Amino acid sequence: MPTHAYVPHAPGYVDNDGPKIVTSRFPHEDSYTLERYEATGGYDGLRAALAKKPSEVHDDVREATVLGRGGAGFPAGVKWGFMPPGKYPYYLVVNGDESEPGTYKDRLLMERDPHQLIEGCLITCYALGLAQCFLYVRGEMALAQERIAVALNDAYAKGLVGKNILGTDFSVDITLTWGAGAYIVGEETALIESLEGNRGMPRLKPPYFPAAIGLYGQPTIVNNVETLSNLPWLMLNGPSQYKTYGSEDSPGTRMIAVSGHVNRPGVYEIEQGVTTFRDLFYSDNFCQGIREGHELKMFVPGGGSAPWFFPEQLDLPLEARPVGAAGSMLGSGAIMVMDETTDAVKAALRLVRFYARESCGKCTPCREGTTWEERVLQRILDGEGRPSDIDMLLDIADNISPGPYPNAADPSQGLEAVPFPPKQTTICPLGPSSVAPITSTIRRFRHEYEAKITKRDSIPVMAETSEGGS
Amino acid sequence: MSRFSDANLAIADDIISRYPVKKSALIPLLHLAQEQEGYVTDDAMRHIAELTDTTPAEVKGTGSFYEMFKFHPVGAYMVNVCTNLSCQLLGGEELLDHAEKTLGVKAGGTTADGMFTLEDVECIAACTEAPCLQVNYRYKLRISHDEFDEMIADLRAGKAGDIPEHGTLATIRQSIPAGMGAGIVPPEEASEAPVWLARNDSPDGES
Ligand SMILES: Cc1cc2nc3c(=O)[nH]c(=O)nc-3n(C[C@H](O)[C@H](O)[C@H](O)COP(=O)(O)O)c2cc1C
Ligand code: SF4
Ligand code: FES
Repeated sequence: MPTHAYVPHAPGYVDNDGPKIVTSRFPHEDSYTLERYEATGGYDGLRAALAKKPSEVHDDVREATVLGRGGAGFPAGVKWGFMPPGKYPYYLVVNGDESEPGTYKDRLLMERDPHQLIEGCLITCYALGLAQCFLYVRGEMALAQERIAVALNDAYAKGLVGKNILGTDFSVDITLTWGAGAYIVGEETALIESLEGNRGMPRLKPPYFPAAIGLYGQPTIVNNVETLSNLPWLMLNGPSQYKTYGSEDSPGTRMIAVSGHVNRPGVYEIEQGVTTFRDLFYSDNFCQGIREGHELKMFVPGGGSAPWFFPEQLDLPLEARPVGAAGSMLGSGAIMVMDETTDAVKAALRLVRFYARESCGKCTPCREGTTWEERVLQRILDGEGRPSDIDMLLDIADNISPGPYPNAADPSQGLEAVPFPPKQTTICPLGPSSVAPITSTIRRFRHEYEAKITKRDSIPVMAETSEGGS
Repeated sequence: MSRFSDANLAIADDIISRYPVKKSALIPLLHLAQEQEGYVTDDAMRHIAELTDTTPAEVKGTGSFYEMFKFHPVGAYMVNVCTNLSCQLLGGEELLDHAEKTLGVKAGGTTADGMFTLEDVECIAACTEAPCLQVNYRYKLRISHDEFDEMIADLRAGKAGDIPEHGTLATIRQSIPAGMGAGIVPPEEASEAPVWLARNDSPDGES
């Protein structure tokens, strides 16, 4: 039998043929133990790093172009360089809040290979002279919290974390901390607020990066779990080896969760920049096609916040630049695939409802706008919509994200792509994210909206009062 | 009567010791309070305020922002069914409807015997294993309607397996062995450059 198959002890993960950087231990049932980790090269990346100057470790990460895997795709090595010199202490906050619809890979990395993440944190702290690391895990992920707790306890007991790590002058503590259910806390400044014991609301920008002013007002690096999980392998194998995988702009691999109407949904480690959406959905090595008897209608290429793609975009590689130019983003590495049985309005409403529920309420266009978007979509779906509702949706959208919203090209209507990212009137990108499902579906499937609209615009006075207005 | 027990007070002190600033321990302490009582009581919030040099209003202000904290009694088992998009595509809403029928409550409700609270939740990061749910934050993946009913029957019969009572998250905690920590201090006491950065200035990288 080929090696590519489901792994019973790691539900959701599919072990495909292809290079593995972050999931190499997943096939081992005991991959989360220190014993297995050490038997498979564990902490050798840290040893390699400690044999270099801290600045050389930073150079390696810069040289390898390790792109952030949390959503924005910013190169880690560059971000690390934004900390103002001499303003100690510096902190590391690890973003394990994973809650973007469709996304999961950080949970698997934390449950299946917690030592790899811990080692990545240590390498970062060493390179940058960080005083303490906070590993922030999503509240709902009890198993991940347990696995990391055990891993940290074992690593401390062996002198791999804490005082004089591996007998050197390098000392740092890692604190496991966890959230309590709020999507917005994944936004890095909200994460810092939460870690300070506050409501998790994003901070005003600038400063654009917490590297300038972060936790307790000190320079702080926030990186995603998967980003840091790449570092042990990178230290052990070097940047040039790292860059033999993937493309020049997007080296290495990425974990991608493909869910929805495919034959073999799963989380796959793929090579960035070379694998296309078509490979991923149809090839035997990955999802093995759209479910029997059905065909692809549309897909969300990068987590709930990404503008939608359609069959015309299938041949794009999974790489930030071409996907951005085509009107969307790879975001958090989550793809939701929908076949022709999917009601576009209903699917859009479900994501919009998520943003309406999760808006932190700090800025008006998002707080009010997402509520209205949900309400109008719901009434259209319920057969209570009016012809002017479509324009109303676009109008609300324009208040949150002015101007043309990023969208895929639609050759059948002669429409060109609007490149990513959207403009925003809000403090953070959550508000604009709520617009993606709306403009994506109205632009492409306006007829589906129109078919659901049964009310006339001439009766709004009655309707308005009966709905209570505000 | 719902301040921290002595055992939990020791845990609380340990948690607080892992942060440079006490207030950072607020969320973990609220979880600890919820673990003790099944929900967060006013007394617990007063106790947390004392421990973290904050006010009860600040504790409540923070706690009420987060969905997992309950300020009134809920079922011994929180049954959280995901209906976000990936799950919706593969029967998440039907599973929720079925759960409402089996439990006899609407989403958001608690059964009369106090055993179950049903919730309609957002993505729980198991999207390829739809439809799915969590019971007290333990996963049930690709669950059929019959399997759902069996699970409920088992829980009613006291067969909970590895599922703890509501409030308990991780059953294992971090604990830094004495003498092994690097030393967690307030930011103002850590304003010196870490010693190993001196390696950057030495020719051979040693310090
Ligand atoms: C609304 C919102 C939610 C986010 N959620 C997450 C998340 O759950 N995990 C994550 O790593 N990044 C998330 N991000 C991105 C973070 O703000 C940040 O860019 C990222 O953690 C940086 O790490 P990276 O550079 O390693 O990707 C979110 C951003 C926004 C605006
Ligand atoms: S855009 Fe929405 S989620 Fe972001 S800060 Fe404003 S109100 Fe909060
Ligand atoms: S959409 Fe249900 S688990 Fe992600």
